[in-house]
Amino acid sequence: METVGKSFTRVDARGKVTGEAKYTNDLLPKDALQAKVVRSTIANGLVKSIDISEAEKVPGVVKIVTCFDVPDIQFPTAGHPWSVEAAHQDVPDRKLLNTRVRQWGDEIAAVVAEDNVVAERAARLIKVEYEEYEPIVTIEEALAPGATPLHPDLRKDNIFVHTSFKTSPDFDYDEAKKRAIEEYGEENLIEVCDTYRTPRISHCHIETCTSWAYVDTNGKVTVIASTQIPHIMRRVISQALGWPVGKVRVIKPYIGGGFGNKQDVLDEPLNAYLSIVCGGRCVCLELSREECVSQTRTRHACKGVLRGLATKDGVLLAREGDIYTNKGAYASHGHAITGGITTNFKDIMHDRYGCRSDGYSVYTSSAVSGAMRAYGVPQAAFLADSLTDDLCAKGGFDPLKFRMDNCVPPGFVASNGITYYSYSLKECMKRGAEYIHWDEKRREYADQTGPVRRGVGMSIFMYKVGVYPISLETSSARMILNQDGSIQVELSATEIGQGADTVFSQMASETTGITMDKVYIISTQDTDVAPFDTGAYASRQSFVTGKAVKKCALELRARILDYASYMLDRPAEELMIWQNNICEKIHTNETSEVIHPADENDDNPAVKNARKLALGGAYIDNTRNDGSRGESAKYSAWLDGDVKEYDIHDLPNGTAAILRDTGVEKDIVPGEILLSMKDLAENAFYSLDRSEHITAEVTNHCKENTFASGCCFVDLEVDMPLGKVKINNIINVHDSGTLLNPKLAEAQVHGGMVMGLGYALTEELLYSKDGRPLNANLLDFKIPTAMDVPDLHVEFLEMDDPMGPYGNKALGEPPAIPVAPAIRNAILHATGVSMKEIPMTQQKLVAAFKEAGLI
Amino acid sequence: MFDIEQYYEAKSVEDAVRLLSEHEDAEIISGGTDVLVKLREGKGAGGTLVSIHEIPSLHGVRCLPGGTLEIGPATCFTDITNHPLIRRYVPYLGEAVDTVGGPQVRNQGTIGGNVCNGATSADSAATLQTLNAVVVLQGTGGVRRVPVTEFYTGPGRTVRRHDEVCRAIEIAPEDYVGFTGSYMKYGKRAAMEIATLGCCVRVKLDEAGETILDARIGYGVAAPTPIRCRNTEGALAGRRVDDPGIYELIGTGVLDEVNPRSSWRASKEFRLQLISELARRALREAVDRSLNHEAPKTACSDEERR
Amino acid sequence: MLKIIHMWVNGREVELAVDPRESLLETLREKLNLTSVKKGCGVGECGACTVLIDGIATDVCLYLTMWADGKHILTTEGLKSPTGELNPIQQAFIDEAAVQCGFCTPGLIMTAVEIVGSGRKYTREELRKQIAGHLCRCTGYENILNAMEKLAGC
Repeated sequence: METVGKSFTRVDARGKVTGEAKYTNDLLPKDALQAKVVRSTIANGLVKSIDISEAEKVPGVVKIVTCFDVPDIQFPTAGHPWSVEAAHQDVPDRKLLNTRVRQWGDEIAAVVAEDNVVAERAARLIKVEYEEYEPIVTIEEALAPGATPLHPDLRKDNIFVHTSFKTSPDFDYDEAKKRAIEEYGEENLIEVCDTYRTPRISHCHIETCTSWAYVDTNGKVTVIASTQIPHIMRRVISQALGWPVGKVRVIKPYIGGGFGNKQDVLDEPLNAYLSIVCGGRCVCLELSREECVSQTRTRHACKGVLRGLATKDGVLLAREGDIYTNKGAYASHGHAITGGITTNFKDIMHDRYGCRSDGYSVYTSSAVSGAMRAYGVPQAAFLADSLTDDLCAKGGFDPLKFRMDNCVPPGFVASNGITYYSYSLKECMKRGAEYIHWDEKRREYADQTGPVRRGVGMSIFMYKVGVYPISLETSSARMILNQDGSIQVELSATEIGQGADTVFSQMASETTGITMDKVYIISTQDTDVAPFDTGAYASRQSFVTGKAVKKCALELRARILDYASYMLDRPAEELMIWQNNICEKIHTNETSEVIHPADENDDNPAVKNARKLALGGAYIDNTRNDGSRGESAKYSAWLDGDVKEYDIHDLPNGTAAILRDTGVEKDIVPGEILLSMKDLAENAFYSLDRSEHITAEVTNHCKENTFASGCCFVDLEVDMPLGKVKINNIINVHDSGTLLNPKLAEAQVHGGMVMGLGYALTEELLYSKDGRPLNANLLDFKIPTAMDVPDLHVEFLEMDDPMGPYGNKALGEPPAIPVAPAIRNAILHATGVSMKEIPMTQQKLVAAFKEAGLI
Repeated sequence: MFDIEQYYEAKSVEDAVRLLSEHEDAEIISGGTDVLVKLREGKGAGGTLVSIHEIPSLHGVRCLPGGTLEIGPATCFTDITNHPLIRRYVPYLGEAVDTVGGPQVRNQGTIGGNVCNGATSADSAATLQTLNAVVVLQGTGGVRRVPVTEFYTGPGRTVRRHDEVCRAIEIAPEDYVGFTGSYMKYGKRAAMEIATLGCCVRVKLDEAGETILDARIGYGVAAPTPIRCRNTEGALAGRRVDDPGIYELIGTGVLDEVNPRSSWRASKEFRLQLISELARRALREAVDRSLNHEAPKTACSDEERR
Repeated sequence: MLKIIHMWVNGREVELAVDPRESLLETLREKLNLTSVKKGCGVGECGACTVLIDGIATDVCLYLTMWADGKHILTTEGLKSPTGELNPIQQAFIDEAAVQCGFCTPGLIMTAVEIVGSGRKYTREELRKQIAGHLCRCTGYENILNAMEKLAGC
């Protein structure tokens, strides 16, 4: 490929290093009013009355609204595509302001004023009378008999949803254990039964959650918001206000990070409402950092009551888990994340007898849990990989070998049909182990004494790329040819720092043949003009939106070539676009085959057969012997989990030839330059004979999915008397298909690794007994600083994925997954102490080392 | 904007004292890294600020006649760390204040604020305790000098009266000549941190470098106010530095002299572990520094006064 | 009650009527439209609002505008040459892929300007300490350090 796979600098880098890139509040009009949300000072109860009489007297107050004033409409907030099936719709369980208080800081009123000092003074003067109930902050408190149901209109108790997944319908752990005892004898079995916990954490994007809203001259309420999901936000605002969607407009400028927090609709509907009740004046609703940490969304705290059974020679037989997540006060993303935890816990390992995982999403009177980078899988990985290493420790197994023998196999097909196409998880493990000198270090650190000890640990993960078939994946793209032969690319998949705009530009360039410097991507999404996409979430964009970009680029290319055909009076099939020129198309190898992706109607018997049997597929290995990338492809295929390399003509029967189509036909090279794009474009615009404004706009309904995977290896030392952990070496190895932009990919992994580091050691949102958040600021909520971070090593095992538009698959979220369990397992190796929960704070480590008699 | 009703920029210490005496609700602001944070939380909102930010005499480090080191309270942490007098005579104080927050906060936050806000977690506190530093206060009643060891009256409370401005922090030569020291800050991360515990140990050895003549142990967060551990200091005096028993002595001795609390930030039990372990490590470092001839042999001189 | 102050901002002399309650963050953003100065916390915990005041990196969310009277302020907007060429630090951030969401970037660049301007060379560990007053959630600091090492590394 010409452009995809190369490390172009970010298209937005210059704007960001000069400070010229405009974020939401950078665009705030000077006459904007300031809004302040009034929050409850109890965690659970009912607002009986609100007295605003003193507050209204503060000079400069424009409007005060309370929970008794807002429309009686409950709405959902999840950044999910809407479902046309009522049963799958997100749960509407909150109003713009709520009389029923379900968390400390719940939104009960709002003040709009001329400036922030006035708004804050007025807010302090508002008097609220409550009927108080017992706070139920933890999962245990919320499930205790007699606990107040937080949403009695929706659920009889605080269990939001309970699901049960099994590898087969008749699997039962106790039955499996009986069978194992019969088969192997009890003395030849290893069992671990324990409870593991992960914390509630905050995304801590550096730009806070902020928006401003006004009613435009056309009557539309217009909200400028720092969001990952402008089109979803538009729909939710319309639902919350009871306004038609067409009367709502959302604009997303540059955004200073989201990590899933901004994959939810937060206070933007309230902001829209405040503008409306202020006669359409511009109102800014910027949350403070403290509000961002404790009053927006968080990652679910999770408790897993787990059992695992293996033979003494290291065969994993069975596991089960009862997994509870703390949803907080409102549904947000519903049960989706808990479902993700339980599914991933089950699927990452291959249990010979089977696995059961039950998930319980539990409402509690605390901060709302929603999406956060890797959507439940960091929790799943901690549960699964802690259990794995505890089994290994008990059985004396090497954790690397145990995973090699028992992890998810090639060709894995999940119960919902998602298939693991390009598979290099085991290769990743091999590479990680080599880098960290696994065997050597496992031996070297085996029998240490003294207060400071070293250990190596590892963790693995797999991660589904998009959300199909669990949910809709749809995406649109629009491309417009300019008079100079450059193009605009317009999408509603959003750039949130991950580099989406850059790789989309690369894709557009790759497929159209127009060079990167002539591809202009529009970074601001305005729902009035931007085509529909659900936004930045999952690790979907380069995959799902990437397909829309490719489809659109192919269509634009066809239209350009059609016009070229008219201008040159030659058939379009004889032409191609290469580096901003229309060229003659030359076939270098007439015998080569062009293979298109298999679809439902593919009548290739091998494809049909494989599809029916769900046996797997094939992929192209485009790597030449010298490591460079080229078009002379070898084909690898798996059958019954066995991967071999084949020539295309020798693919075995039963192998689905589901090959990617790069959009660049193979073995085609440009010949003579016939026409420049500039001349073509100018002519197309202004020709007196045939004026045609060449554009393309497509929708791609994506019905494909695949898995990415990878691992983390860490070498660390533990200073036991102080509970301090120092990372001496760390590597993430990722199986993310073809890299679209290696340098940006690596950078993205760095960030995820450090997020994992904080998750492992320091990050945790804490609550007092009465439900008040204790550390909701950047001083007390401990995300790592540069001094807490080691040098970071990243490697990739690139393998084209047949489902990815350019062989690519997920990378955005995965880096954050495996670090915490790898650190946990390295501490276990170093000290013999099995930590059951993260964050493994210094205090918890010291307590554990004391209990173990180590200090 | 900050919720300030009245703001005054004092031109001199006398001016500041006058403004404070005229405004009962007035609060002194120097670097602003504490006062503005509190204002934003609504504490003291709608009140009066008297800024001493722009009073030149409150900045800098000087050598007074007789070798006393005088630190201007409005000197920011970075300037203290980098100041030649500090580096030569009390480098561990420079190291201690170099652990405050991050670079930008250290460029702005001042040692006077660090002392006068009365926080037990202040990073200068443990070290200033061991230095027997003197806080010079000027108010409507004149000037008084309060040893920092008698300055604190409780968490966030000091003997400073409402109308008093800290004019200087002084360190006498007998408290630094011949000493080395080590400050160990313990936090949950390596920067941008409030101390979970702060421990300063300083030693003065005999000429031969064999015996401890004087030992000083100061803590932050080991009690509601910064403290000294004088019994353990006494027990260390006269002990040989090559006796491994001194580390056991300090590690267990201090436990009888501290009174840490449990909070959500850290449990009492955990803090006790740190109190003991950090004292051992700080003593070792202080001794090593002495053996490495890092202790200043003389007081600062007239020559350095310029 | 407004007060008049004089300061030099990005080399330009500015006379402004300011409210004594204003932070320099607000003045720079709202009165001078210098929106590279970002607000991430308002309490000196994140470093996104770092600018140079008389050459020294300062969190201006905790700096009263009144104190800026007579001082020289440099923000990221002031780094580009008059013809639009980037400062070497800005270029290094681009080249090393040290930018992701970009929200912490201008503040970090200002700290880098101070560090590079010192003329000293720093070890990687020293650089870590120098940028520890900036929180970044995207990059893991790795490429930021690489960019800074290019210009100020040992």
